[in-house]
Amino acid sequence: MSTDWVAFGYLLSAILFVFGLKKLGHPRTAPRGNQYGMMGMAVAVITTVFDMHFDGGIVGWTIIGGGILLGSLIGYIMAKRVEMTGMPELVALFNGFGGAASALVALSETWKYLENSDAIPDNELKLTVTMVAAGLSALVGWMTLTGSLLAMFKLKGGVEVFGKWIRTPTWGPTWLNPIKGILFISVLALIYLSTEDPTNTDYLWGIIAISCVLGIILVLPIGGADMPVVVSLLNSLSGIAAAFTGFIIGNSVLIVAGSLVGASGLILTVIMCKAMNRQLIDVLFKSFGGSEKQELTRTKAGSDADEVAMMADGAQKIIIVPGYGMAVSQCQHQVKEFADLMAEKFDTEIKYAIHPVAGRMPGHMNVLLAEANVPYEQLIEMDEINSEFSECDMAIVIGANDTCNPAARTGEGPLAGMPIIDADQARTVVIIKRSLSVGYAGVDNDLFYEDKTMMLFGDGKAMMTQLNNAIKDL
Amino acid sequence: MTPEMLIGSITLFVLSIFLGVELITKVPAMLHTPLMSGANAISGISVVGALLGANVAYESGDTAVSGILAFVALVLAMINVVGGFAVTNRMLNMIAGKKRGA
Repeated sequence: MSTDWVAFGYLLSAILFVFGLKKLGHPRTAPRGNQYGMMGMAVAVITTVFDMHFDGGIVGWTIIGGGILLGSLIGYIMAKRVEMTGMPELVALFNGFGGAASALVALSETWKYLENSDAIPDNELKLTVTMVAAGLSALVGWMTLTGSLLAMFKLKGGVEVFGKWIRTPTWGPTWLNPIKGILFISVLALIYLSTEDPTNTDYLWGIIAISCVLGIILVLPIGGADMPVVVSLLNSLSGIAAAFTGFIIGNSVLIVAGSLVGASGLILTVIMCKAMNRQLIDVLFKSFGGSEKQELTRTKAGSDADEVAMMADGAQKIIIVPGYGMAVSQCQHQVKEFADLMAEKFDTEIKYAIHPVAGRMPGHMNVLLAEANVPYEQLIEMDEINSEFSECDMAIVIGANDTCNPAARTGEGPLAGMPIIDADQARTVVIIKRSLSVGYAGVDNDLFYEDKTMMLFGDGKAMMTQLNNAIKDL
Repeated sequence: MTPEMLIGSITLFVLSIFLGVELITKVPAMLHTPLMSGANAISGISVVGALLGANVAYESGDTAVSGILAFVALVLAMINVVGGFAVTNRMLNMIAGKKRGA
């Protein structure tokens, strides 16, 4: 195929990516956007395959075809078999693979110089560009791999080693920040050295090792609730890695698609930070809440399921506010059962209030509740449902804290300005939670201590099951 | 490679970054994860680089390690691409697809 047609194919693919990303941002067009992305990728791969040529014959084609099939099959099976609840982890894992792929392409290119010194270009500019781009691609790519893997285990909460469950640690003293800076600068220095001496493998391994460490210590200090932001940032980085790889092999579609993902991923990261009322810099470099947790000075007596069931007796409208705790205890099916029981017994209207950052990933609650077959129409976004709390008989908060903490309205403290769910406007508030302890932001919640609030202390699944039994017995 | 080609590539890089910034403006929270996942699948574009790298490696025959590296890159990139789009599709069916007539 002539070079003109290849360039045209890549242009078409880039246009499809642009439309795909644009359409993914709107609810109605999002499925179409994903299809555009697929088409763009298909066009890019087909164009490349037509552009390839093997003088050696069939062996090269068999290996390439086998690689494509193998990767597609693994990816497809993983995507189909994953539980809805494990989806954020899978996105993180795929992201790590993408970063590693870019870094490996870069490594493969520079390795050719080691194996065959004739391959080293005489053109000094090309050599410099290749080594710099390969170094940067390695830095970003390996960092994305280790960072994403750690993020995946953090989202899972831990890792099983020889049958023992080990919790993923969160650790980040402030002296770690200058170390990140030093490591970053030393990678840049090694990249500079590698341009002088492209066949020195010490530089190569040095860049790879330091980049892997950087990915780990970048993600290690970041707490569970900030994980979506980090995964989004790593996604942006894997795009940048692809763009750098494009510089090495002089390929336009890699540069365009990579930098598109890099830039739009960064914007998405900032949007996600804003929804949590956080700054990206704070997420990355400031340990949050941990050190300055507010002391609890008040106490509140817990209620039991029977008491709550009596209050729920005859309720006309109940709004359920799910949070991180519902995801942890996996009690969405019990929640759905509760909703069905209430609807059946008292003809109660049930709605769900979804805070934009509830759960581990934006949209996490939607996915969990959809898995339990909760009708989509009952899931209402925060802005729309807040006015309805004043007319509802009961709000049931399941494992949520900061997202309904009235302290956010005062304009002071870490939660200041964060939009919250107005659960405190409901006639009765039931809170299912393990203890009175502070949420992620480390701020005590006044809502717990109000007279109209009933606390059900315990695991979400256990408490919902007890509550369902109590409702049945009414 | 001539300086003109390098400048051309850098121009492409910078303009695409600006375009990427403009593309994403207001995204409802519900779509944050699918958008991230879809963009992630697109970043598997390095599959093109892996293909070209493998092509050169297998053609010249004697470059064993670089060929293996390119092959591993090809497999990982394909996992990223196919898995990424498939998982995005599933997510969108769950959350956006059920919103009929909206």
